[in-house]
Amino acid sequence: MKKTQANYTILVITVENKFGVLARVSGLFSRRGVNIKSLAVAPTDKAEFSRITVDLDIELESVSLDQIINQLDKLINVVEIRALDPAESIERELMIVTVEAEASQRDELVDHLDKVGGKVLNIGTESMMLSLVETSSVIDDFESFLSDYGIVELQRTGRVALDSL
Amino acid sequence: MTSENIDGGKALIRALEKEGVEVMFGLPGGAILPVYDPIIDSTIRHILVRHEQGAGHMAQGYAQATGKPGVAMVTSGPAATNIVTPLCDAYLDSTPLVVITGQVPLAAIGTDAFQECDTTGITMGVTKHNFLVKDAQDIPRIVKEAFHIATTGRPGPVLIDLPKDIVDPNNPRSELDWVDNPEMDLPGYKPEKKIDLSEIEKAIELIQVSERPVFYVGGGILKARAAEALRELVEITGIHVVTTLMARGAFPDSHELCLGMPGMHGNYTAVTSMQKADLLVALGARFDDRVTGKVDGFAPDAKIIHVDIDPAEIGKVRKPDVAINGDCRLVIEAMVDLLRQQDAIQIDRSEWKSTISGWQERFPLTYEDSEPGSRLKPQYVLEQLRDLTPEDTIVTSGVGQHQMWTSQYWNFDHPYTWINSGGLGTMGFSIPAAIGAKVGNPDRMVWAVDGDGCFQMTAQELVTATVENIPIKVALLNNSYLGMVRQWQDMFYDERFSEVFLSDDVPNYKTWAESMGCVGIRVDSPEEVPEAIAKANEIEDRSVVIDFRTAPEEHVYPMVPAGKDNSSIVVPPSQGSQER
Repeated sequence: MKKTQANYTILVITVENKFGVLARVSGLFSRRGVNIKSLAVAPTDKAEFSRITVDLDIELESVSLDQIINQLDKLINVVEIRALDPAESIERELMIVTVEAEASQRDELVDHLDKVGGKVLNIGTESMMLSLVETSSVIDDFESFLSDYGIVELQRTGRVALDSL
Repeated sequence: MTSENIDGGKALIRALEKEGVEVMFGLPGGAILPVYDPIIDSTIRHILVRHEQGAGHMAQGYAQATGKPGVAMVTSGPAATNIVTPLCDAYLDSTPLVVITGQVPLAAIGTDAFQECDTTGITMGVTKHNFLVKDAQDIPRIVKEAFHIATTGRPGPVLIDLPKDIVDPNNPRSELDWVDNPEMDLPGYKPEKKIDLSEIEKAIELIQVSERPVFYVGGGILKARAAEALRELVEITGIHVVTTLMARGAFPDSHELCLGMPGMHGNYTAVTSMQKADLLVALGARFDDRVTGKVDGFAPDAKIIHVDIDPAEIGKVRKPDVAINGDCRLVIEAMVDLLRQQDAIQIDRSEWKSTISGWQERFPLTYEDSEPGSRLKPQYVLEQLRDLTPEDTIVTSGVGQHQMWTSQYWNFDHPYTWINSGGLGTMGFSIPAAIGAKVGNPDRMVWAVDGDGCFQMTAQELVTATVENIPIKVALLNNSYLGMVRQWQDMFYDERFSEVFLSDDVPNYKTWAESMGCVGIRVDSPEEVPEAIAKANEIEDRSVVIDFRTAPEEHVYPMVPAGKDNSSIVVPPSQGSQER
């Protein structure tokens, strides 16, 4: 299932865990007209630092990627920054979704959910809440499968990633 | 350790004193009031400006002339927005500034309170860093960090936004234990670069084999205090130097290897030598569009060695063959050390040298003398001013034609004698910058060269100069027009002059100057020029404004039209038939 060619760019940025830092980082992208597809921010194992994972959803030319990295690195609150090579890293994303599902539809839905390794979180009279932790492309596929049932509400976290071992 | 309880306002001023601040420029208002009270008892000289933009540009002029960080303090809201232009100017020209703004009390932030604005949000993109202080106890540390950030690495402006309650002695939130030597907490800031000696070796190898090398010197040389080291490098290699608008004076104009200013209005030889070079050694320069012209056509045969303290500059515009990330002075010194260990340069560059001197002979800067009875030629005025003032005179300028002519016609033989707004191109820069430069160098003569458009933007600071006893001199090149815009309309818009004519007779600059406590002189004819300058030079107790009535139809030449490559350089009409 591993994609041969990545079409996304992931930047991993370690920043000081302070107010305003996210605005400085995201502002630098917006001022250059670069759209961020997803952004995940949370404290690291050291409470004074946060790790930001930025998914740009495009493969930037190496020149402009270096430029963005260099300019982000100039931000005083940025402690460390690097691009993760998609081929050398493991990525995951979490989706939680509420989907319309009559009782008669549920077996087929859960069957498919099991195949991709998802979970049922909650069951209502006419809908179900599901979760799935997978690569973004698997989640993309599952999301389009669900759209036939009717998606009520959906939240994806965006990619997070670590170096492969 | 004895602990001392003081309030945030006192702590701020004490922290500035500890940083060695001798002078600050500012204007008080509601939110910053508590910090103004302890100024009365401080050793710091505060200069009360007439507009906050003036405070910022004065701090810039002071910083550029002295090498020390410039400090400005203003209140919240409109005062903060008024100082955004100087912050951006300082950001683009890498000038070390610390700007302190008042802010509404913490509890009022975000409520659209009176004179509230999102100062740190607004200034995020125009400062090297900014701080919103939320706890009085942080003031000593943040001031120390602000000065450290402003002055190290690639210098730049830093802003500290101070909510009123943490500096107001009547508010318990303002109490803190004074810390004499706070520890900085900047885990992400590492301005010291380790210079890669192997890259320096590669650079020297390229220099040794190049047949048509040029040193392309930018403002980074001045920031790095590297003028002396540069001179050694130039003399040991015998390679010609161009000094960009930001680097005028970094290498003496009167030196035989100095080619002067390159770029859109650079002289023919400086522009063309870069264009024809086989090696450009960029030292603290950033390949600005005004220097490169159309990037694709810039110096097509040149290999590039790029030395810069800011890694984000290297490869930003032109990919270098050798990249050296480090302080220019340290890099140049390492280059000189390495060159001294090697044998003398063998390569024969005599053909390149004679090509260069051929260009210099055929394409000098030139202008036609004015016809009797018509308005003065600005170039003539500048030549007279250059020749009749001390050689270490500090010259500031605004932005436009007068700026380009000053850079072209002045003879800059000393670093830190030329102060202008290069990157942002801020009209109105010259008068406040001159005041700041004079405050930092009270024994030197400071001339502000200004245009009439620029003068009307910041002239009120001459009141500051008078009241604070900071005598500067203003050479107003008054052609009644927004001259540079007029020139573009003349050349590129079929001579359709849209909204560029100011006025021939209002304001009356002589009486305006007099009303601000200055001596005002009006000069119409060439014969009066030397006499007026001599008179101005003798006046030491107040500022002088000379209204030189100059010719509006005069163009700045040479010129590389915007969007064209540097081979398309337009020379003055009198040189049009010269063989290139």
